[in-house]
Amino acid sequence: MFGRGDYVMYSSLILLPFFAVIILNLPLRAFMRKAALWVSLFILLMQICFIVYPAACSFSNSLDIFGMFLKFNFVVDNLSRVLLFCIGVVTLCSILVEKYIIDDEERLFNFINISLLLLAGMNGIVMLRDIFSLYVFIEIVAVGSFILIGFNKDIHAFEAAFKYIMLSVISTVMMLSAIALLLILAGGTSFSVLSAALKSSPDTLLVSFVIGIFLCAAFIKAGLMPFHGWLPDTYSEAPAAVSVLLAGIVTKTVGVYVLIRVVNSVFGFDDPLKYILLVVGAVSAVFGALAALGQSDFKRMLAYSSISQVGYIIMGLGCATELGLAGAVFHLFNHSIFKSLLFVNSAAVEFQTGTRDMNKLSGLAEKMPITGTTSVLALLSTAGIPPLSGFWSKLIIVIALWTAGFYLFAMIAILASVLTLAYLLSMQRRVFFGKLGEGLREVKEAGPEIVIPALLLALILVGVGLFFPFIINAFVFPVGNILGG
Amino acid sequence: MSIFDGITLFSLVAAALWTVMTRSLLRSAIGLALTSAILTVIMFRLNSPLAAVFELSVCSGLISVLFVSVISLTHPLTIQEVIQHMKERMARFWVLPFLVIAIGITLILFNIKPEIRLPAPETVKDVRVVMWNLRQVDVMGQIIILLTGAFGVVVLFKERIKK
Repeated sequence: MFGRGDYVMYSSLILLPFFAVIILNLPLRAFMRKAALWVSLFILLMQICFIVYPAACSFSNSLDIFGMFLKFNFVVDNLSRVLLFCIGVVTLCSILVEKYIIDDEERLFNFINISLLLLAGMNGIVMLRDIFSLYVFIEIVAVGSFILIGFNKDIHAFEAAFKYIMLSVISTVMMLSAIALLLILAGGTSFSVLSAALKSSPDTLLVSFVIGIFLCAAFIKAGLMPFHGWLPDTYSEAPAAVSVLLAGIVTKTVGVYVLIRVVNSVFGFDDPLKYILLVVGAVSAVFGALAALGQSDFKRMLAYSSISQVGYIIMGLGCATELGLAGAVFHLFNHSIFKSLLFVNSAAVEFQTGTRDMNKLSGLAEKMPITGTTSVLALLSTAGIPPLSGFWSKLIIVIALWTAGFYLFAMIAILASVLTLAYLLSMQRRVFFGKLGEGLREVKEAGPEIVIPALLLALILVGVGLFFPFIINAFVFPVGNILGG
Repeated sequence: MSIFDGITLFSLVAAALWTVMTRSLLRSAIGLALTSAILTVIMFRLNSPLAAVFELSVCSGLISVLFVSVISLTHPLTIQEVIQHMKERMARFWVLPFLVIAIGITLILFNIKPEIRLPAPETVKDVRVVMWNLRQVDVMGQIIILLTGAFGVVVLFKERIKK
């Protein structure tokens, strides 16, 4: 339970972005266009501040005016806080990257407006404990993501947006069908009512069907294999800043978080469900890594890498132990940070060189030292090299798998980690190391709008890795306590 | 199930099929409105007047207006494109009837009859209580979806409007 101040604080995470968009689009648009960037950065920094140091936000009580009209029922636990922090950081980085890439003030203004609405949607998803409300907020993110993917309005962007929305619609239909059946079974849509009803339901066939279609819907949203059809095209063809947002946090929130939350709080873990999660996770981890090995497009390789890393998270969830869940959420956090960093780096490379084809790139570390260095840190963390943060989360997942008796899956996780190192080292060698490629003499380091987010994300990666002994007790293990809650 | 229910269900499927099979976007939008209108009748028959009113006003009304507005901003396909599109589309859908038959046979063979007990229709709750007290966050979410959709039209179609 949280007090009045906390309630106001968490309500404002949905209401502030929403009202900011309304105010930014009132008359005086010329002034508002200039103010939009600073307003969005202020809201995002405030969200990060809320989560990192809530006591500093006592001024949020002055926002209590919202409470006069709107009464939301939120439950915010450690898992929600981790996601809220990631949402703040990644959206901030995405807006800064877009600021660097877009010259047109009007387009940047539109991007910021949609990003703020996405922010409200994602914040709502991680704080709500009602499955129908969850669905409504997932739809906000789906509509916003579709618009952002097609933002550049070229044929490839529209194709990617079309693929995304088609699979998103299939996922939506499955999710809505599951919610309708759950409503029939339980007579309500709140997590506590559903959980109690499923435990006592005599109709196991119908319950299995509901869980099956909901899992498929969440797998599509999370881009897990074999439900990943939309993901490689979408990540690679979307504008650079949108790729950061999608890969860094959107799919993690609407797919992975929803899966973790609903399985943990509503469905509960039984043996068939555990094995479904473990198998889908293992297939995604291995085949995602194998597919990434064969790519020459920088962003497409990162897209397959994302599928592989989400596979790890799902394997951790499939353990159904406190340690496994803690590892899954910790890897979700790490993946959000290092994948955002890799996409920020790919944005810098694409913007400065005009290509994403890794066969045409070489030796860029000489010309782009900050991008090259942060890329090394991100790849080492992704591959699970100590002492970076990715190592610890992968270690926890492997230990959780082993101690839960899933020896085969623990070995698969280690194998996938070796494959991860292989394709990321290949990327680093082709793009950043070696002799400077032809036609790349004039390339310069990207501007501060890209370098600052890259440094911020790299700092988080290194900091979390080095201070792990403190973080494991303060944040990681407490997250595992939500098991079955 | 009465004959009337059978006719409405058949009409619903027919209207939905026409919506996805017709080659004109405008007719497709009209088909969707018709499907929604038939669904409204079914909802009334199921004692869900509130859902029926929303279905009629939002899906059959507002959404159709939006679709027709957006379609008016697009250009029609050429004859060659239409012929090519028809060929590709038929190739895409030929599996569907077999899939429906396979699902039907499976349900009959395995005697799958889930015991679904519908809850009593919630006619006792005042709509104002439902919208503003119980589901306030959903209303807020719907408003944000509409706002996002409005930005979508601005972002994706504004250039075309200028032309």
